[in-house]
Amino acid sequence: MQEVMPATGVFSLLWLLIALPLVGSAILLLGGRKLNKWGAYLGVFTVLIDAVIAIAMLIAMMGNSAEQRTFSQNQFSWMFAGNFKVDMAFQIDQLSMVFVLLITIVGTLIHIYSLGYMSHDPDKRKFFGFLNLFIAAMLLLILANNYLLLYVGWEGVGLASYLLISFWQIKPTAAAAGKKAFIINRVGDVGLGLAIMVMFVTFGSVGFQEVFGSAGQASEGTLTAIGLLLLLAACGKSAQFPLQAWLLDAMEGPTPVSALIHAATMVTAGVYLIARSHAIFDIATTAATAVVIVGVITMFMGAVIGSAKDDIKKSLAGSTMSQIGYMVLAAGLGPIGYVFAIFHLLTHGVFKAGLFLGAGSVMHGMNDNVNMRRYGALRTAMYVTYATFIIGTLSIMGIPPFSGFWSKDSIIHAAFESNTLVGVLTIIAAAITGFYMTRMAAMTFYGKARWEDDVHPHESPKVMTIPLIILAIGSTFLGMGLLFWGNIETWLEPVVGIQKEEIAIPEALLMAITLVLVLAGAAYGWIQYARREVPTIAPRGSWLTRAARQDLYGDVINDTLVVQPSFWVSRFLVWFDGSWIDGLVNGSAAFFGGLSGRLRHYQTGFIRSYALSMVGGAVLVVLALVLVRLS
Amino acid sequence: MNAVASVVRTVEATPWVMPTLDYTLLAPILIVLGAGVVSVLFEAFLPRSARRPAQLTLVFVSLVAALIAVINLQGSRATAGQGALAIDGPGLILQGTVVVIAILGALLMAERGLDPSGDAFAARASSLPGSEDERQFTARGYFQTEIWAFFLFAVGGMMLFPVANDLLMMFVALEVMSLPLYLLAGMARRRRLLSQEAALKYFVLGAFSSAFFLYGAALLYGFSGSISFPEIATALSSKTGETGLVLVAIGLVVAGLLFKIGAVPFHQWVPDVYQGAPTPVTGFMAAAVKVAAFGALLRLLYVALGGMRWDWTPMLWVIAALTMLVGAILALTQTDMKRMIAYSSIAQAGFILVGVIAASPAGLAGAIFYVIAYSFTTIGVFAIISMVRDNNNGEATHLSKWAGLGRTSPFIASLFAIFMLALAGIPLTSGFIGKFSVFTAAISAGETWLVIVAVVASLIAAFFYMRVVVLMFFSEPTEATATVEIPSVFTTIALAAGATVTVLLGIFPQPLLDLILNAGVFIR
Repeated sequence: MQEVMPATGVFSLLWLLIALPLVGSAILLLGGRKLNKWGAYLGVFTVLIDAVIAIAMLIAMMGNSAEQRTFSQNQFSWMFAGNFKVDMAFQIDQLSMVFVLLITIVGTLIHIYSLGYMSHDPDKRKFFGFLNLFIAAMLLLILANNYLLLYVGWEGVGLASYLLISFWQIKPTAAAAGKKAFIINRVGDVGLGLAIMVMFVTFGSVGFQEVFGSAGQASEGTLTAIGLLLLLAACGKSAQFPLQAWLLDAMEGPTPVSALIHAATMVTAGVYLIARSHAIFDIATTAATAVVIVGVITMFMGAVIGSAKDDIKKSLAGSTMSQIGYMVLAAGLGPIGYVFAIFHLLTHGVFKAGLFLGAGSVMHGMNDNVNMRRYGALRTAMYVTYATFIIGTLSIMGIPPFSGFWSKDSIIHAAFESNTLVGVLTIIAAAITGFYMTRMAAMTFYGKARWEDDVHPHESPKVMTIPLIILAIGSTFLGMGLLFWGNIETWLEPVVGIQKEEIAIPEALLMAITLVLVLAGAAYGWIQYARREVPTIAPRGSWLTRAARQDLYGDVINDTLVVQPSFWVSRFLVWFDGSWIDGLVNGSAAFFGGLSGRLRHYQTGFIRSYALSMVGGAVLVVLALVLVRLS
Repeated sequence: MNAVASVVRTVEATPWVMPTLDYTLLAPILIVLGAGVVSVLFEAFLPRSARRPAQLTLVFVSLVAALIAVINLQGSRATAGQGALAIDGPGLILQGTVVVIAILGALLMAERGLDPSGDAFAARASSLPGSEDERQFTARGYFQTEIWAFFLFAVGGMMLFPVANDLLMMFVALEVMSLPLYLLAGMARRRRLLSQEAALKYFVLGAFSSAFFLYGAALLYGFSGSISFPEIATALSSKTGETGLVLVAIGLVVAGLLFKIGAVPFHQWVPDVYQGAPTPVTGFMAAAVKVAAFGALLRLLYVALGGMRWDWTPMLWVIAALTMLVGAILALTQTDMKRMIAYSSIAQAGFILVGVIAASPAGLAGAIFYVIAYSFTTIGVFAIISMVRDNNNGEATHLSKWAGLGRTSPFIASLFAIFMLALAGIPLTSGFIGKFSVFTAAISAGETWLVIVAVVASLIAAFFYMRVVVLMFFSEPTEATATVEIPSVFTTIALAAGATVTVLLGIFPQPLLDLILNAGVFIR
């Protein structure tokens, strides 16, 4: 276990990381119209300062030895009741550090991009207020030193996500999507809540140090229960099977939101939760296996959905599900995979943010049309968007030397170290990734123009393209940088541990097989969608395509298994409430009202009856005393 | 008064000893009673026009001086006046509360901005209601300033009541407190017949209850040979076999005090008097008498009768349960705001009794906290009742006239809603903390069933408190809806103080709870 250092120096600003965007959002949301002019800049400013502080912290942390990189800051005792005590305390270590960097730096870029993307929106101030709220909640989630505080952040990001998905709530679909995300997330949140309660009952504490320190003493059954509950929580937040249905609808939100919340940061909170709780999953192997299974299923579901959707954002959303599936399965592999799960999370955060912002840039030039069948041949019309999008595409496909290659290859390697079957499955999913990403790029930028009338594609303003360029640079070099220069493995090793196993086939051969399959997938996509004519009306397609267009019947399953039964239960409860509870309440009200009416008659207004009552009272008092003495 | 006590005590001792009076310990009481005497002199010698400013100055200066004197005594734990008074932590807290409530009550009584024809008191109490005399006095703009002398004597009695440490002193305090209140209750400017009827009822029944108390006190003296509480306690513990009349004595003494707090079945004067008395007097009385009388009851039960607690707890159990249930149930069907609050105050007395029954330091602290919280809320309630006026500028006490008040006067209606929530015991108000402390104290004393009764009574009570809130905020204003008059600075201060304390004690109760707990128990 690492040494916990008091937060001095730059780390004494830990609270400020959260406070800055929180205050920013409070000012923006409560400030009123007066702030409309410069409010958005305030929103950008708070996150920018956060990013600067985060980088300063990274430098300070690198100056310490590996065992002395955990810093804790106790603000005040938050609540205590009996032996239940929770502090408002923050903690930063190597794992939190990389998250803080991802959130603040990518967050800053997306804030800047939003200045352009939302420039004409009348509710721009509110939008930046919500974005700041999200950043504050996400940082709280990452910096909490106990599960209860983490839960506050967890709920906070859920709230911000809800508010931002339904930001254009004037559209019924957006309003419905927000509700759907919120409600499905509640299921996962209940899992986290129960996990915290079980922890308190088992360990007597909800602090990370205390829980992980005594995890070895708990029974495996208890730890498995905690692990499965945490997995349920992760499934909700990270859109993993079976709680995946909300993410595709969440694309109703403004595109910067999809980039920030539903690609780079919030949806990876589940991976963070599992990696953070590794001490539990290391012992509860059954729960860890469940994590792998969930990851594998979602990895394929996402890939299939991503291959079939014609909506560019939904296709990217499917891809996000699939990539997070990679991370979750890697996290489920235990010490073999934690580091690479986080590694892929970081590179994915950057290239997927770039891809989403690129999609946003395309939509910006195409009158907000999202249908890729109406795109085509856009590479000349918006060159910067095109170039950065292609870099992102190569990165996510895992083509060397782009970032995604290094992280995805590490996961595939780790999967083979653990289990050959899982390894093979990750390679197949990589091939599908090659197909759907090529399909997306080809339909958008190549082939013939299938634009609707009076659409005049144009490049986006600099405030949007510069973040794209920065993210494209990240998509290119971040993987190599983290692996070779940043030594991500040794950096994270003190927190989550690391373990290496031999695998049967040589490493180079594995890499080559993977590459060949990815390229085969890409080639098939290219032939299908760049060489051939893309019909503007989607053809009927195979049964799999049709199923994937329906989100693999996720909604139907939800509707049959959850929504309809809930309706029945609520109808029963309404009936029960109406006829029994109300009857009881009204009945007792009528009873007491009647009693009151009877008793009123004794208040005659005559002084003689009052005096009689007092005599009766005195007799009662004396009698009661005597009776007690006699008995 | 002290002389009387000393005489009784020194009957057996042959040599006459000059009683020692510790004037520092008596200072708060002496200041207020002395101011009462000066107030009478003001009435006699000052010209009519100078009386009001002089009386108000006297009242506020003396009350503030008394408050400073009380604060100055903090930490004292001694008897004074040859053991007739006990100046200890709980006693001082209750004295201090009485003084603060008296200041707020005086502010309400000094208000002249609400009734266009003057203040809340009759122009001349001696004139017959509806007579030509009355019209004349009203038309000439006469005001009574004698009320301030009554007021100061009543406050003096209230300060004496919770520190009285023998039966005779307690009786004297009871009468000094009550007699001026009987008079004040009959002096309403409007609806004078109702007011005078209330005063007469209050006086006759009060005298009746004093007789109970006095009779019980005589029997107790006969049993123990002493009127001093500690000596009575010693006698009760040593002569264990002889019960007989002692039980009757205890019953009668306690009955006399239960009348003052308005416990069932000694409660029937409460609605009539609360309704009939001038609203500022009702507010002052409802708040301050509860504090003083509960102080006296606690001291009597814990000090003199502490050894008999197994005898009196079951009796008080019955009284408390009856008080809570009857008060809450009868309030349900009231249509007059003042009567409803009167029944509510009966139910509240029952809740405080739950803390008394716990008979533990926690119960004592809970009961004291509750009564303090209740008294501030009550002052606020009556401040608002005095501000809500109908078309004739009389107080709009009928509930139907409060419909839609939340629409027409949202701020005042919100304050009233806060008071209602506090009385109902909703969290984040002082009422919740009060109920919580007495209920927990009672549960740790093993009185779980009484707490269950109390919770049921709270539920019933919540109905009529919430009904007022619903009426104000969820009904449309009608023609008959009352208007809220803007009061002068006097009522405003009292209202602000009541609201502030109600909310503050709900959010930060700990400082007051600590103060009460650190004050310890009654001196024995």
